[in-house]
Amino acid sequence: MIEVTTPFTAAQADHLRAGQSILFTGTLYTARDAAHARLCQALAEGKPLPFDLTDAVIYYVGPTPPRPGRVIGSAGPTTSYRMDAYAPTLLDQGLRGMVGKGLRSSAVIESMRRNHAVYFGAVGGTGALIGRAIRSAEVIAYEDLGTEAIRRLTVERLPLTVVIDTLGNNLYETGPRDYLAQQNQAK
Amino acid sequence: MKELTASQITAAVRELCVEANYRLPQDVTDCLRRCRQQEDWPVAKEILGNILDNVAVAAEGDYPLCQDTGLACVFVRLGQEVHISGDFAAAVDEGVRQGYRDGYLRASAVADPLRRVNTGDNTPALLTVDLVPGDACEITVAPKGFGSENMGALRMLRPSDGVTGVKNFVLETVKNAGPNPCPPIVVGVGVGGSFDKVALCAKRALLRPLNQPHPDPFWAAMEQELLEEINALGIGPQGFGGRTTALAVAIETMPTHITALPVAVNINCHVTRHARRVL
Repeated sequence: MIEVTTPFTAAQADHLRAGQSILFTGTLYTARDAAHARLCQALAEGKPLPFDLTDAVIYYVGPTPPRPGRVIGSAGPTTSYRMDAYAPTLLDQGLRGMVGKGLRSSAVIESMRRNHAVYFGAVGGTGALIGRAIRSAEVIAYEDLGTEAIRRLTVERLPLTVVIDTLGNNLYETGPRDYLAQQNQAK
Repeated sequence: MKELTASQITAAVRELCVEANYRLPQDVTDCLRRCRQQEDWPVAKEILGNILDNVAVAAEGDYPLCQDTGLACVFVRLGQEVHISGDFAAAVDEGVRQGYRDGYLRASAVADPLRRVNTGDNTPALLTVDLVPGDACEITVAPKGFGSENMGALRMLRPSDGVTGVKNFVLETVKNAGPNPCPPIVVGVGVGGSFDKVALCAKRALLRPLNQPHPDPFWAAMEQELLEEINALGIGPQGFGGRTTALAVAIETMPTHITALPVAVNINCHVTRHARRVL
């Protein structure tokens, strides 16, 4: 199994190919709709960001509250297309990876190619499994947003799938296509 | 006449919110197991295995099935012979408030669709009440995730569009949704009624057990055909390819106007949750 660690460099990113399963170890920053709007607003106003985007990986997630003694609750991916309006701006600032589920726009994929960035898929609807695998979670910005606040997560060997790679190969196109081709061959 | 108090309603809704978010209904789990056995695409089989593992972890009670614990859709079949003392709708909202707080569930409701401030307690519930004969009060809580909800669609077809028109619209909606609604999905379809009622039909269809076809053989056959056609699209679990794109198709219908053929498609993810209690 391929191991991916942070900082997630361009060299690491360029080696990955759509369809590969990887184990991710290191730091993930959580951000979804509201946090993305604020990050992009801060950039537009020339204000500093709450974390360094260089070689960083953002996880699109809004977790449930942790039970006592747990670091986080259920924490599966949210649908990524809602972040498409913001992603190219962040990729231009050095963001190297995104974790979510679902389709991305052609503008995002083009920006990923230009910036050597990777889009990973986590299995949607398995928030209990993923939440249990998170080692630490700390709110670092926009606490008023509740579940949508930016958290720094530490994960160890979290299973992810490379969905779109730095060449623009897209598992959402190749996966169903290859499956159907195999079905036709079998007939 | 049966007497119920607002606090009894609150207590039931509170428990149902928690139960629904930690325990996947048995019919859904059984269907996932069966689909995993039938799936021959390796990555699809692996993902269905992950989903079943997730069901087991959530049932231990520490982590909800999904972080999107949904808006609380509450369906009540209220017997005409039941009298409730207190404010019924407020009692339901209070049950949601307590259930989401005590169950460590996510507050996902914003008070205004454009100004978007979180209400902080996941209220209000989306409440639908049917008045029925008898002295029972049946409450169903169906937390609905919006990754799948956002992929729904409604169209006012022409009567001449017929069976083909209805099927094509369902297939087109599922195809457009692709990997976004967390396949394998459950597809709720409403046909007939009016612009508003057809959407409710589609939502209600999602409450039906997955192993229970429509009672009318005509519609049951269409459910089966649509399921086969959807699973021939090749989208597969998470959209990575495979046979299992949908677990089930459920259609609910209503009489409609001579000019009309309304169709609504309400998509649910594999975490198709509901819990029910009769008071």
